[in-house]
Amino acid sequence: MYRSHVLVCGGTGCTSSGSQKIIDTLHEEIDKNGLSSEVQVVKTGCFGLCALGPIMIIYPEGTFYSMVKPEDIPEIVEEHLLKGRIVSRLVYKETVTENGIKSLNDTNFYKKQHRVALRNCGVINPENIEEYIGTGGYEALGKVLTEMTPEEVIQVVLDSGLRGRGGAGFPTGRKWMLARNIVPDADQKYVCCNADEGDPGAFMDRSVLEGDPHVVLEAMAIAGYAIGANQGYIYVRAEYPIAVKRLQIAIDQAREYGLLGKDIFGTGFDFDIGLRLGAGAFVCGEETALMTSIEGNRGEPRPRPPFPAEKGLFQKPSVLNNVETYANIPQIILNGAEWFASMGTEKSKGTKVFALGGKINNTGLVEVPMGTTLRTVIEEIGGGIPNGKKFKAAQTGGPSGGCIPAEHYDIPIDYDNLISIGSMMGSGGLIVMDEDNCMVDIAKFFLQFTVDESCGKCTPCRVGTKRLYEMLDKITKGTATLEDLDKIEKLCYYIKDNSLCGLGQTAPNPVLSTLRYFKDEYIAHVVDKKCPAGVCKSLLQYYIDADKCRGCTLCARQCPANAIEGTVKNPHVIDPDKCIKCGACIEKCKFGAIFKK
Amino acid sequence: MKSLEELKAIRERMQGQVGLREEDDTVTRVVVGMATCGIAAGARPVLTAFAEGVQEKGIKNVMVTQTGCIGLCKYEPIVEVIQPGKEKVTYIKVTPEKAKEIIDQHLIRGQVVSEYTIK
Repeated sequence: MYRSHVLVCGGTGCTSSGSQKIIDTLHEEIDKNGLSSEVQVVKTGCFGLCALGPIMIIYPEGTFYSMVKPEDIPEIVEEHLLKGRIVSRLVYKETVTENGIKSLNDTNFYKKQHRVALRNCGVINPENIEEYIGTGGYEALGKVLTEMTPEEVIQVVLDSGLRGRGGAGFPTGRKWMLARNIVPDADQKYVCCNADEGDPGAFMDRSVLEGDPHVVLEAMAIAGYAIGANQGYIYVRAEYPIAVKRLQIAIDQAREYGLLGKDIFGTGFDFDIGLRLGAGAFVCGEETALMTSIEGNRGEPRPRPPFPAEKGLFQKPSVLNNVETYANIPQIILNGAEWFASMGTEKSKGTKVFALGGKINNTGLVEVPMGTTLRTVIEEIGGGIPNGKKFKAAQTGGPSGGCIPAEHYDIPIDYDNLISIGSMMGSGGLIVMDEDNCMVDIAKFFLQFTVDESCGKCTPCRVGTKRLYEMLDKITKGTATLEDLDKIEKLCYYIKDNSLCGLGQTAPNPVLSTLRYFKDEYIAHVVDKKCPAGVCKSLLQYYIDADKCRGCTLCARQCPANAIEGTVKNPHVIDPDKCIKCGACIEKCKFGAIFKK
Repeated sequence: MKSLEELKAIRERMQGQVGLREEDDTVTRVVVGMATCGIAAGARPVLTAFAEGVQEKGIKNVMVTQTGCIGLCKYEPIVEVIQPGKEKVTYIKVTPEKAKEIIDQHLIRGQVVSEYTIK
């Protein structure tokens, strides 16, 4: 038996900050100290606190070491693992108190979280099926196959109130019921998993796949039993190499253990899953485009109806759910619909995972009950905004969503509330913006994304988003008129109403919602030719404050365009015609004499 | 996998392992002093004896862990057994053999082996 477990995050975030090197060094040091039969090193999925990576937790003490470096490892092994003395200088500061080290679960980051979908992420080794089984894995599948009828399974999912976590929030149970009943004599049905997470800033699906891949396989098998399908496909983007690798390992292990394949648990139920890699087109996250892509064709959407429940993959009735949706299913089966429905708000049950990014201290993944306020998520769990800046807005739902301004900081987050204020849940990316962000620039950024990602099949989206982008560009360059603002709004609604698929129908949302809440900023750009946040370069001028400038010449030497003139010990001046507004002078000035407005 | 029993068997085998990673107030802690003084007095085999014994007998809700020097170096190896809601029991000059006895008597049957405790 291993008396101590050292858990090191092997998610994408920590891998890129060097956790593999940490693991290798750990193995070396543990061997050197003769502890290899007592101490187990476990490579897990994401713990959520990506900003502090690489992350390492040592059990049974539950000591949380953050930003670990390979050169710290010999000390940790000798002191903590050999002698039992916690190396407090390397411990996550929030857990250090006067009375010693407190539990990670009591820190602000974890205290208000409630982990259902992320239950096993950062706890188990995702490449070992037995660890998943050890935490109750595949028990839900066993229960479903031996004790429940497909109708009962669907009823439980329906009663739980689970809604699709991919963005639109369609009730999962209803989706399954339609797929089961709509074509009574179908010879073949399919279960698909949408792991084509494409929203900029969202990475919860990747974390589930990397940290707990079996939960998705188990849930898909349950869905297969419920709708009467024996084949599943996971459509995952090839840009997620760690997720792809762990999924393949998981599928192989599940087959080896007979949890996928023929006659599962001796009940006569067959189910198998294949992996399909996407090339990374955003539109392939749209359900019909995703299925077209699995079929081997160019990933383009097709009109609905017919909906996938009737004619989906290969024209057969199909169910497509998002990774996070699936991650909830086994827990719902085991703990019951009431348990799940007891969390959340009236119409949005359960929990939701958010990927925190942008201007926030604790960049990472959090899971909270539906109905938690934005303030709690950002201020308490997220640790607030860096450098004492003020919260301006949060963008949810990525390029399909909208922004939540400070006036709605205390709104309980759920599907319907977000729609009512002109945003949407989306997949759960939450990008925090402070007073230094220009809202027109943000809208332009997201629109640039949709222009690039529009598949080109329908004109409103292909041409419309391009024209919309050009108008926004005019605004940020200071050449737009108030008439353009009206035109923009009209074009937005035109694109929404006439596009073929969700990509185009939601593409104008960032523009509409920033127009709704930050119209004064648009007007400042158009009428006063100013960017209040100081972002849009064309509307800015750089100046040197003659009173503060000491004439040190540093800025003049730094300027790549030779735009700064002046003699030693005399105030310098910037030539606006030559200035390229790169900001290099501001960074270098030691006297704070250079400003932009 | 042909039956639920197979699944259950794996789960039970793995639970002891994965269960270590849960923080829980109902767990009995067996703390072995593993400072230089403890190690010099032979705490390492004692620690292994506890870890293996707990695993072999399949005792649930017990974690074996270690600590530094508590200042009673002449009594090392020292082992503390801390059960929730009960007074801490301190065993001194523990050997792997004594460890087995402590597992059988104290951890399984709940009877303190008073001949080995600190007086």
